[in-house]
Amino acid sequence: MRLLIAFALVLGLAGLAYLAGRARGNRMVTAAGGRMGAVHSRPVYHGAYVAVLALAPALIVLAGWGIVGEGLIEGQVLGSLSAAERPAPGNDSEALLNEVRGLVNGDLPQAFNPLAPRLAPVYAAARSNGDLLAGALAVALLAMGGLWGWSRLRPDFRARNRVETQVRALLLVASVVAILTTFGIVLSLIFESIRFFQLVSPVEFLTGLQWSPQTAIRADQVGSTGAFGAVPLFWGTIFIGAIIAMAVAIPLGLMSAIYLTQYADPRVRKWLKPILELLAGVPTVVYGFFAALTIAPLVRSFAVALGMTNASSDSALAAGLVMGVMIIPFVSSMADDALAAVPRAMRDGSLAMGATPSETVKKVLVPAALPGIMGGVLLAVSRAIGETMIVVMAAGLAANLTANPFSSVTTVTTQIVALLTGDQEFDSAKTLSAFALGLVLFVMTLILNIYALAVVKRYREAYE
Amino acid sequence: MNQNPAIGHNTVPKMTARDVNVFYGQKQAIKNVSIDVSAEHVTAFIGPSGCGKSTFLRCLNRMNDTVDGARVEGRIELDGQDVYASGMDVVQLRARVGMVFQKPNPFPKSIYENVAYGPRLHGLARSKTDMDEIVESALKRAGLWDEAKDRLNESGTAMSGGQQQRLCIARAIAVDPEVILMDEPCSALDPIATARIEELIDELRGRYAIVIVTHNMQQAARVSQKTAFFHLGTLVEYDDTSSIFTNPKATRTKDYITGRYG
Repeated sequence: MRLLIAFALVLGLAGLAYLAGRARGNRMVTAAGGRMGAVHSRPVYHGAYVAVLALAPALIVLAGWGIVGEGLIEGQVLGSLSAAERPAPGNDSEALLNEVRGLVNGDLPQAFNPLAPRLAPVYAAARSNGDLLAGALAVALLAMGGLWGWSRLRPDFRARNRVETQVRALLLVASVVAILTTFGIVLSLIFESIRFFQLVSPVEFLTGLQWSPQTAIRADQVGSTGAFGAVPLFWGTIFIGAIIAMAVAIPLGLMSAIYLTQYADPRVRKWLKPILELLAGVPTVVYGFFAALTIAPLVRSFAVALGMTNASSDSALAAGLVMGVMIIPFVSSMADDALAAVPRAMRDGSLAMGATPSETVKKVLVPAALPGIMGGVLLAVSRAIGETMIVVMAAGLAANLTANPFSSVTTVTTQIVALLTGDQEFDSAKTLSAFALGLVLFVMTLILNIYALAVVKRYREAYE
Repeated sequence: MNQNPAIGHNTVPKMTARDVNVFYGQKQAIKNVSIDVSAEHVTAFIGPSGCGKSTFLRCLNRMNDTVDGARVEGRIELDGQDVYASGMDVVQLRARVGMVFQKPNPFPKSIYENVAYGPRLHGLARSKTDMDEIVESALKRAGLWDEAKDRLNESGTAMSGGQQQRLCIARAIAVDPEVILMDEPCSALDPIATARIEELIDELRGRYAIVIVTHNMQQAARVSQKTAFFHLGTLVEYDDTSSIFTNPKATRTKDYITGRYG
């Protein structure tokens, strides 16, 4: 809240800096007799230049305080305790600090820890001092930056070019944020996975055929041996995402792309293509309950009709079929691009030889577009194996290593959801295994994506 | 204006066109063109860019069917058969009337497969030996055998531009068509490759009826025996090549030939 007020204040002052810079620019234009070109930049650029110089350091200070401030305050609060009273670092300290925060913010009527009421005023004072200090520093830097920028304004000052540089810096920061976030995600996955691999050997994890992540809480507990062989999960993921779903999506996606690019009347294409791409916009949870409530029972009845009396209601087939439908637009739109990129001369050459349109598609267009189509398929596979909702709702939790599409299998994503929902303890292999699974999934999709993009790129170079 | 298509012919024409009009949507590209194409001669279509010569050429094997919004009126006959009749099989028509395009467009397949493409489509070879013979004779007739015989399995797209165009000609003659349409076949080639294609056209003359569209008047004079001059979608003059170039009857032809416009 205080930070928000400081933020608003800084923005307001930067607005004033803008007005001051613009006013000075206007005066320079008037002094030059209003002649075009006498002042290098228009007054708005003078204003923008001053405003950015004022705003940037202040924002950095405020953001920095927002990130490290809490840690500094906590250090100060714990430091106020004598060594004997100080709780052990980790969970105990965290619990105490949470109570202190609760008391200061008024969320907690009464604390359990007797130290908490004593620390509350220390915490409140530290926080208000820190906020005040950060706010003051921000405003001071704002004033300095603004004044410095304002003092540099001259008729021949190239404010317009400076603003361009500032804009470029802003855009760079925006893109770096996304990259840093990705790095952060990867690092957190890696650190938690390392903790997991200290408990379970990577060899067992990557090659074991038994998946039963329940670990025993008591020594005599039954059926909680804790087996972390993830092969059945990898198999289930590939079985549903790369085999069944692709068996649906590749033919349907490719054929619809062929129809849309080669046969459809432009008016039909104009309507049909957006409708097909609408499939990509359906929330995956909707696909999930469609799979669980509509397709799964049908698949089960079909299995029973085939004589499988013990057919499961959660089946690989139901999840895979619906997932296949979900990724049709990925395959078809990549195949569409690839087919459209084949030069018209190829098609004309084949037609002029007396080939029918379908012969032309089969013998010339699809072979020529194959790398692009393959790239689309690989991207679709990587999308499919990372897909979660459909398999959570329709594929089941039993880690079976089976090629029977009517039986229940489970996938990496399903298990991650199961492991991380509900009560968890972050020191057990059960919870940590979710991160190792996530890491494997991440590496798999990353490799698929890189490979697919390389394939698509190589193909584009061939024609352009 | 000479609109009499029969001029200069003493044999039955291979293809005849009568009162052909072509529209692209609302725009009329060809106006009332009538012309006869003889089997023994090379016929050249000349005229400035956008005069409709390529459009008209593409009517002869119905390649305009592949253009959205194109409409053809009038009557075009191949050996007296109406090309646009509902009973006409386009696939068969294009097997009999082959085409070579402006830009060489070999398929991204081996040289062998490029030439074998048409014969495979139409089932012309009963065995691998048959096919080898067809490919060899087509490449020989296209003057490409010596250059290609040791690299039949290499990609057709790896050849030089001139070789690619001769490969496209070999591909067209592999199905033994009766007519070959060439749409500015040398416009993407250098002078040496152009000379080779022109020699080749001369060698093929008599065996196939050849119609060539060109914007290069010297080329028309070199390779053709009949020349048709198109302007603004109409056929201005059609006569023996020698007469067109030495003694044009229409003023527009004369102006074009002498380089007044175009």
